[in-house]
Amino acid sequence: MTARTYGAYGGRYVPETLIPALDELERGWKAATEDPAFRSDLDSLGEHYVGRPSPLYETVRFAPSDRRIVLKREDLNHTGAHKINNALGQILLAARLGKRRIVAETGAGQHGVATATVCARFGLECVVYMGAEDIRRQHPNVERMRLLGAEVRAVEFGTKTLKEATSEAIRDWIANVETTYYLIGSCVGPAPYPSIVRELQAVIGREARAQMLVAYDRLPDAVVACVGGGSNAIGLFAGFLDDAEVRLVGVEAAGAASLGTGRAAVLHGARSSVLADEDGQVLDAHSISAGLDYPGVGPEHAALRDSGRAEYVTATDDEALAAFHRLAETEGILPALEPAHALARALDLDAELVLVGLSGRGDKDLAEVLEH
Amino acid sequence: MAGRATVELAAAAEAGGADLIEVGFPFSDPLADGPVIRRAAEQALAEGMRTAECLQCLRDVHERVSVPLVPMTYSSLLEAYGWERFGADARQAGASSLIVADLPVDVHPELPRVQLVAPTSTDERIALAAAETDGWLYLVTVAGTTGARMELSPALAPLVERTRALTDMPLYAGFGISSPEQAALAAELADGVVVGSAALLAADDGPRALEGFVAQLRAALA
Repeated sequence: MTARTYGAYGGRYVPETLIPALDELERGWKAATEDPAFRSDLDSLGEHYVGRPSPLYETVRFAPSDRRIVLKREDLNHTGAHKINNALGQILLAARLGKRRIVAETGAGQHGVATATVCARFGLECVVYMGAEDIRRQHPNVERMRLLGAEVRAVEFGTKTLKEATSEAIRDWIANVETTYYLIGSCVGPAPYPSIVRELQAVIGREARAQMLVAYDRLPDAVVACVGGGSNAIGLFAGFLDDAEVRLVGVEAAGAASLGTGRAAVLHGARSSVLADEDGQVLDAHSISAGLDYPGVGPEHAALRDSGRAEYVTATDDEALAAFHRLAETEGILPALEPAHALARALDLDAELVLVGLSGRGDKDLAEVLEH
Repeated sequence: MAGRATVELAAAAEAGGADLIEVGFPFSDPLADGPVIRRAAEQALAEGMRTAECLQCLRDVHERVSVPLVPMTYSSLLEAYGWERFGADARQAGASSLIVADLPVDVHPELPRVQLVAPTSTDERIALAAAETDGWLYLVTVAGTTGARMELSPALAPLVERTRALTDMPLYAGFGISSPEQAALAAELADGVVVGSAALLAADDGPRALEGFVAQLRAALA
């Protein structure tokens, strides 16, 4: 269950200080997954607190006439995105490990809100690192985190986005490793984090596969999800990996295509496909969507790309904005800008029945959309 | 940090009494480093210091000074350059060993380097690091990143005690040691002290300032 590597990717490229904590985390996770009480706590909270299972909804006016597009509505979860699935699972793990202080990074603010939410629910101290540029463009989520009792720490150097926020959260963890749990937000970072996040998000794919069979008596031709760090995509893909006839399509932001134009490098504790120069220096990503504005990606995605099991394409800022407006005007649903990238590609994919991961809602993005 | 001023600074450090000089090869996302070294890396990268330029800098320093030189860097540079090739070219340029801050002892064990152990390390990992290390062990005095601290970490003494019980390797203590007083205290426990951020801050005022600072450290250890 807790893979440390995916093909040539993943691993643990971290200062020695963290290795014992990663070992503790790996042991704790294994014990949790073998404990029926952990699973039943998680399922119960998923049902009563998050609102799972999230519905499948087939668009009526959004899809072109020659295809059907079905949305997996993670946007209807409590806190408005798939991030809560991971935050809840990891907070239960943190509690098992006896940690009282939680640190996290956030880009769009959705993971920060999810983390602040579960910390409020469990009475734990919460510190969220967020790039100053993201604080500007996702301000409603900053206010939400503060109302939930979290301390939001602005990261004022480098790109001032998710990359630097992640580095600062890891540095905080290094300095406070005895007392602090690092609640990572995506399927990135040193092992065992990519595996933990994948398993916690796999509920999306498990539900979606069963729901497709009930509603359509068949599997989709293609499953499409946006990829920043890649947690909602890996969670949705996980349900269909063994169904060879189902195409898996990840959609990256054109200016942050870690899989499309990246190279093997080491970022935030793992070897993966990274936007980096020929010397291994990490480059800046650019996306209208703060959640996709990240130069790395989960190692399992890099392995799925190399094996050919999943394909990775891009959507531009303008394509994502157009899909955002189209979904709003044709279905009455405001998507987050991140899954708007997946929606954009779903429109022109050569497939009849398409399942799209609608990973979050767009309330947080209104200012950014209106600005454009 | 490798850069335009490095040759003069290295000569100053040697004149002040340094026994060994670390030369930073900057990385864009240095997880083990606090603000001083992170900013120095940003500046070096902005000045165009990439791996080839850093190796040339090392060569230039090696021509000027006679103390051992140890590049300190991060895995991503080696991943891009080639792990074995990096080790070989660094040695060819004058490095006596190598420190890779985010490369635990069990990853790429074939690459000879100075291993780091931390207060959180288990005895098993300390023994493994001691068996694999290249010449001496780097004792990280605190759970934390590089950068000056007000006082010597209380975690150093128990770490030294545990490590001595497991190995005869020389132990050099670093991270958070910034003043001659702290260096003297650390040297009562360890065989050497590593001063990074505080030396960079002194170097901001030029080679003479760095030489004076290193001389103070040297005197405190006498």
